[in-house]
Amino acid sequence: MLWRMNGPLSIAVIENDPDRAALISESLHATGNVEVHVLTGAADLAEHITGLNPDVVLIDIANPSRDMLEAMAMATGPLERPVAMFVDRSDESLTRAAIEAGVSAYVVDGLHSDRLKPILDAAVSRFNMFSRMRTELETTKRALEERKVIDRAKGLLMKARGIDEDEAYALLRKTAMDQGKRLADVAQALVTTFGLLS
Amino acid sequence: MRGPALSVGFIPLVDAAPLVVAQEMGFAAQEGLALDLVRAPSWSSLRDLLVFGRVDAAHMLSPVPVAAALGVGGNTTALSAISVLSVNGNVVGVNLALAQRLRDAGHGFDFRDAAAAGRALIAAARGPLRVGVPFPFSMHAELLYYWLSALGLPAPQGVDIRTVPPPLMAEALKAGEIDAFCVGEPWGSIAVEQGVGALLLPGSAIWSFAPEKVLAVREDWAASEPELSARLIRAVWHAGRWLANPDSRVLAAELLARPEFLDLPPEIIDRALSGTFTVAPTGEQRQVDGFVEFHRGAATFPWRSQAQWIAHQLAARMGLDRTVAVEKAKGVFRPDLYRAALEGIAPDLPGASSKIEGAVEVETPVASGSGRLFLPPDTFFDRRSFDPDAIIAPKNLHRN
Repeated sequence: MLWRMNGPLSIAVIENDPDRAALISESLHATGNVEVHVLTGAADLAEHITGLNPDVVLIDIANPSRDMLEAMAMATGPLERPVAMFVDRSDESLTRAAIEAGVSAYVVDGLHSDRLKPILDAAVSRFNMFSRMRTELETTKRALEERKVIDRAKGLLMKARGIDEDEAYALLRKTAMDQGKRLADVAQALVTTFGLLS
Repeated sequence: MRGPALSVGFIPLVDAAPLVVAQEMGFAAQEGLALDLVRAPSWSSLRDLLVFGRVDAAHMLSPVPVAAALGVGGNTTALSAISVLSVNGNVVGVNLALAQRLRDAGHGFDFRDAAAAGRALIAAARGPLRVGVPFPFSMHAELLYYWLSALGLPAPQGVDIRTVPPPLMAEALKAGEIDAFCVGEPWGSIAVEQGVGALLLPGSAIWSFAPEKVLAVREDWAASEPELSARLIRAVWHAGRWLANPDSRVLAAELLARPEFLDLPPEIIDRALSGTFTVAPTGEQRQVDGFVEFHRGAATFPWRSQAQWIAHQLAARMGLDRTVAVEKAKGVFRPDLYRAALEGIAPDLPGASSKIEGAVEVETPVASGSGRLFLPPDTFFDRRSFDPDAIIAPKNLHRN
């Protein structure tokens, strides 16, 4: 085997976002003796990886550059290290977890699973965190937007009917309940209608 | 009625149309199916989604299931092509510097003559030609290797074929990382629109009837879900027939243009559907008949010999035993399942399941259910043909 049996494990992380890359690096370093290189998914990615000759390559499943790594998985020349794809490996539950989390790993052929497992566990939990963060961010953003629409709808009602803010809110809520709709949807309908009429 | 939901993965390309149309125009509902269309970011991800059961079926490059059967590449889970989704649909393009050298040498960009274009391209190249394709196992790669090696460029040594995701193809061309590309539409036209490339040939100029994308499922899923797979084959067949009607073109381009599918202007998508291409940033236009086929001439029939041609090509360039490869590929395309699903519905199913690829020179009537099936020309540009039985048979004689 050409790879280092006991030296630091070399890991290439393909990630365009520097903040995410830093978080991934940090969690990989925490697993022990590793060397982490961050690459971006540019068109000459394959050359960079060949130059780096890593033991493991980690890439976000959503990254279209992943297809560039597939060609490397077939490199079988005498001086090239075979890069086998992780999904072929025996530990199917770990592979499934990786796919669910949205990370895929390419691993040099012959790398012992004892060394690989902690790396992948760390990557999987980090990617799971990213996906949770993304969901939370979207929820917060949506809540904020809905809040803005409700405020506008209240303002329109106050002006049109000469009522105060609490009354405007109560009117919106009652309408939503009567129609079996969400408050934000009723507010949006009102704002849209007002826009058409004015 | 909404029947069982099937999740089906696709890559945003014009030839995902049969799946989009099957769902959006109600052909799936007609079969009691609801298709949950999942847009995948890359071919390798889509293949993994399929292998790990996250999608039931997928829009797939025709060589991917064949590569799995041969045990090459990142996946060895057996996949079956239960239908072809499209025939042809790729373009070959070059960067502007190379386009200029071709013009200076007298090449007229006729968008038709593959032998002339290929010779001109080889002569105009400076150093090994670097050509981008979407995936190592793709009809794009197979067409390029076939074309350039037939013209004397030794493949794979004489040409540097690189994987570049279609949405990054124009960028790679602009950055000088590749000299040329072979890609599915609309990504070739996008390189022209961005003013970084010119189109040299449609894929059909190299092989006039190349199985481009297939409807792929896991082999074990096809075995355990014969009813669902038959309904899916029928829904997609009806969608292909609808797409083949010229009246459907405008609506098809509008559907594909939607944000959840290709998210690109319908005008760019329409070029592939109409066969009217703008081949250079200067605005020159060329017309191609049969640029992409979804129905005509039994286009979606999964001929066993098509999979075997792919296996033969893969084996030749990867140093595998060709006879073994051609035998292994025999069961990858599934005319048996296709025929069983469409018996009594499609009026013109071919009587045979295998043919001599490249042997149909002019539109030819063949034996079929109604006797009215005409196969369109399936010739290679160099007029060679491929008979899988001639490769397998001699060896079988020795074995017995």
